[in-house]
Amino acid sequence: MKQTEHLEEKNPMEHFLRMDRIPHIWCPGCGIGTVVTSFAEALRKSQIDLDKVVVVSGIGCTGRVAGYVKLDSFHTTHGRAIPFATGLKLAHPDLKVIVFSGDGDIFGIGGNHFIHAARRNMDITVICVNNFNYAMTGGQVAATTPITANASTAPFGNFEYPFSLPYLAEAAGATALAKRGFSFIEVITPCVTLYARRNRLGDGLNLLKYYYEKSEIQHGADTRTLDISYQGKLIVGKFIDIEKPTFLDAMNNHLGKVLGEKYRPYGVKT
Amino acid sequence: MDGDYAIAEGGLAAGCRFFAGYPITPSTETAERFSSRIPFVGGVFVQMEDELASIAAMIGASWGGKKAMTVTSGPGFSLMMENIGLACMMETPLVIANVQRGGPSTGLPTLTGQQDMMQAKWGSHGDYEIIALSPDSPQGCFDLTIKAFNLSELYRVPVFVMTDECVGHMHEKVIIPPAEEIELVERKWYTGPKDKYLPYKNDKDGVPFMVRAGEGYRFHTTGLTHDQRGYPVINAECQDVCVRHLVDKIKNKADKIIEFEEEETDKADVIVLSYGITSRVSIRAVQKARKAGIKVGTLRLITVWPFPERRIRELAPKIKAFVVPEINYGQVVYEVERCAAGEAPAIHVPHCGGWVHDPEDILKAIKEAAK
Repeated sequence: MKQTEHLEEKNPMEHFLRMDRIPHIWCPGCGIGTVVTSFAEALRKSQIDLDKVVVVSGIGCTGRVAGYVKLDSFHTTHGRAIPFATGLKLAHPDLKVIVFSGDGDIFGIGGNHFIHAARRNMDITVICVNNFNYAMTGGQVAATTPITANASTAPFGNFEYPFSLPYLAEAAGATALAKRGFSFIEVITPCVTLYARRNRLGDGLNLLKYYYEKSEIQHGADTRTLDISYQGKLIVGKFIDIEKPTFLDAMNNHLGKVLGEKYRPYGVKT
Repeated sequence: MDGDYAIAEGGLAAGCRFFAGYPITPSTETAERFSSRIPFVGGVFVQMEDELASIAAMIGASWGGKKAMTVTSGPGFSLMMENIGLACMMETPLVIANVQRGGPSTGLPTLTGQQDMMQAKWGSHGDYEIIALSPDSPQGCFDLTIKAFNLSELYRVPVFVMTDECVGHMHEKVIIPPAEEIELVERKWYTGPKDKYLPYKNDKDGVPFMVRAGEGYRFHTTGLTHDQRGYPVINAECQDVCVRHLVDKIKNKADKIIEFEEEETDKADVIVLSYGITSRVSIRAVQKARKAGIKVGTLRLITVWPFPERRIRELAPKIKAFVVPEINYGQVVYEVERCAAGEAPAIHVPHCGGWVHDPEDILKAIKEAAK
């Protein structure tokens, strides 16, 4: 009897996903699903009210995350998830706003918005799935492609310097993950169909092995030392852990101080 | 106050409590005014990093439950175009004022133009409908910004206040009525069962109900072609339903939306059709023509898009010609010509921008038309 009950049990992810949209579009061996699973697990563990969690995605493979999570979710335009999230958060400060998008979306076309949201310490979390290339459009070179890696628009290997995302995040003003403010997670993720195939890096299992073997946890590492070279070492960990007033905190503090009682505080829980 | 300030005041009076903007001449005064007023009202002004970010933030804010607005001019308007399409596709209420200057490109930052009228209608890719209004005075800027918000909430569509540098910087008396005398329209909020909410299921009036994020509806919306659930469906059948709806919800209500002002059109031989600052400049020409014995009527567009097609069609067979002065090289005139359908010519009085027409040029066209 117990056995039957167990067999009828639902996938533990089901309450978190739009099951009427499954199967998803991601390739076998793609890492985005794993990132979504980790995200769901993190939400479960944090015991946050899921009605208040909103996912905003841009365009690309990772941009499709918004369409699969059973949360209020917005699939916006290429590169503009962060400013969209900024408006949403400012209009409705009770929300936990998560930007879930790819490296091309956030750091290529949308790079300017990333640095400004970090500078303002906008109280949002940005999760960037970095698969080293523009995957949705067929594997073009990106702002994150390691030097010498091959891409469909760098057919003889990439020679452009890539961004180091944690270094950029720290320089622009990102704060800690578990605290209020602008937080940033880079997830280095295998792209089997395009990046790996073009660079003859093998199948999903080969990639998992590579990420496992080449990753080294170094919490608090200097973000200037985190450059990723082609098939080189991947230093992972928690790098930034600071706290400072968010955009709305700063606005309320400053205007309250300057304008006194005439100021109408905004977005403050009373 | 000037027209730019009046736009900010109109927004505040309409209940707008979110402004995301980027400085651009000759529109910046609206952002300045809003930023100096909002701390005392309760709301947010945020100066974004560019116009791409401004419009994206406004769409986000609108889904966060706030009435949102921005102001811009030509180059900024161009940058907003992609996400204007997103706002149309997601059916998001918001208001954009464009204080037009001479273009193309950087053009004439400090001098007037009416060259973005077609861009307002067609600027983003794909088929969609928007609403555009054109004030001819600071009072018009105030009144029409409120109207823009009302239309935007009612039809869940971006609405443009297409003014220009002259009206934006023109100082005139603006009467701001007491709050209780200002009629405001709120979007239709959905209040039914949470698991039954379909973000793109049309109500009887052709406009779907809206919810704001964070209320437990767990809805999804996308810039992709979508079904009633807001889920992407990439095929021709769904495209037909989705796009047809975006166009029809405005087209079918055009008569309710459209507003214009007519004078002496019933016995006219010639009708001067104009909008914005050009309708003020036309007055002199019309007066002189009447003195010279020509029967001239005027039609001032208040709503430019959707276009008053039916009215033009009615008037065309009764007159000799339309005279259409605009500060551009031919935009709205082609719409007049299309609607008149050969029953009356539409004589354009072009001006490249930088200054308003010399009324004599308009007079000359009226005389030509009356022949």
